[in-house]
Amino acid sequence: MSAHEAFAQSFRRGIFDGELPQGVTARDPAEAAQRFAVYRNNVLHSLGRALAARFPVIERLVGADFFNAMARVYVEADPPNSPVLFAWGEGFAEFLEGFPPVAALPYLPDVARLEYARGQAYHAADLPALAPADLGALAARADAIRLVLHPSVTLIASGHAIRAIWAANQPGAAPQEIEDRPETALVLRDRKLDVPVWALGPGEAAFARELLGQAPLIRAAEAAATAEPGFDVGPILFRLFAAGAIIGWEDCTC
Amino acid sequence: MTQLPARPGLGFKPEHFSQIACDPDLGFFEIHAENYMGAGGPPHAMLTALRADFGISLHGVGLSIGGPGRLDTAHLARLRALVDRYQPESFSEHLAWSSHGEAYLNDLLPLPYTDETLRIVCDHVDEVQEALGRRMLLETPSTYVLFETSTIPETEFLRAIAQRTGCGLLLDVNNVFVSATNHRTDARAYLAEFPFDQVGEIHLGGHAVEELPSGPLLIDSHGAPVADPVWTLFDEVIARTGPLPSLIEWDNDVPDYPVLLDEARRAARILRAHAPQAERTHVCA
Repeated sequence: MSAHEAFAQSFRRGIFDGELPQGVTARDPAEAAQRFAVYRNNVLHSLGRALAARFPVIERLVGADFFNAMARVYVEADPPNSPVLFAWGEGFAEFLEGFPPVAALPYLPDVARLEYARGQAYHAADLPALAPADLGALAARADAIRLVLHPSVTLIASGHAIRAIWAANQPGAAPQEIEDRPETALVLRDRKLDVPVWALGPGEAAFARELLGQAPLIRAAEAAATAEPGFDVGPILFRLFAAGAIIGWEDCTC
Repeated sequence: MTQLPARPGLGFKPEHFSQIACDPDLGFFEIHAENYMGAGGPPHAMLTALRADFGISLHGVGLSIGGPGRLDTAHLARLRALVDRYQPESFSEHLAWSSHGEAYLNDLLPLPYTDETLRIVCDHVDEVQEALGRRMLLETPSTYVLFETSTIPETEFLRAIAQRTGCGLLLDVNNVFVSATNHRTDARAYLAEFPFDQVGEIHLGGHAVEELPSGPLLIDSHGAPVADPVWTLFDEVIARTGPLPSLIEWDNDVPDYPVLLDEARRAARILRAHAPQAERTHVCA
């Protein structure tokens, strides 16, 4: 191992366990530990802030002090593997599932999944969307095509009211009682480049799930009607087109 | 390739986007490359609009040029894509390391200055310049500790990197002041040894002050106005170099846009005071 590699290993270890790395000193060597602590604090604090920037609702739900302490545990367990920090945190929901201090808040992991999906949607590719005017011609061929969704579109099915919890914990939102119920949330980036979260009913959720699974349009509509008898896919389909969530279609043999 | 204008620049903050307008005291914006490595969305929409009106300095924080490992080729490819797409006037990175193994530590960590690290940093700078097809600027660090193993003074280390690789230097005047104060040395003695002919850009930022038994420990916080002694050093540097692109960095507790513009105007006054008469008329970008 090169001297520089040994140095970097020792320095990194020191950041997490607090031991003064080999060779670190100061004009007054008695101050070396206090000075090294600046780096420890920078790393742990800045990564904690980066995580909070990705998961602001989780931070609000558990409080800033708790979040910072939890972030230190998470940083050590699942540090970012790239300087592109907005891609970090995919494993945070799973971490929350296995983190005993938050066991009493069983909705946290799915709220984290929702927040992660919003972050990814924000940075998703720019692709031209079909116009609502295209809808009529496509609907007539529902048995022969599948729709291509914008890469920002994500569906999160939860046993908890994650859309309601997310909305009630936006900046400036007032606290409210939320009935805990299963909820399916759809995340997308719309034509104004905003990233809204929609709560979907059972028919809408089944329809969106089939579309994301690249099912033919007619099969998606059938699945929606099975999930919610009498369900009309027209309104949700129009809403998806209007928001810019549909970027194309493909012929299929159905 | 055009160069950054020898005028003040600001670190771009998306929350200021709607207030940004052409201004004779504003020549460029600096962006942190890693924030623009997504495929699309608002970051690229804003950067495209900014690019149309201003010079762009692409500033990386994640290459870990001072680290022992190989550079992350995926990250280099992402940087290359940004360079190709936006054609920034400048690309700069730090004399520091930030990754080890698979882990990214999100801080600019210090390194001992030795023959070994000099060789490693030069290899990394060569690799970056090769991958991006252009000259880069390497930024002077702020440090809080010293290393028993260091054998080369920082100014000599930087001069050798510039000589061997052909890279330019980004002189962060606040970092010079922070390090000199922290190590109880003299910032002017450091600057007297600095290879000014290689400097392509200046950084100016605010710092925080802590107290240690032996005196102050300055933290390079980028969360405050530029301190008066740093403005004085900046004036002395520009008196020697002539006007250079000069960035106001304010990344934490970001103030309202007019506060940043006031800092830029203060830098502009100093740059104008040292500009030849003919260069004093500025037009909007």
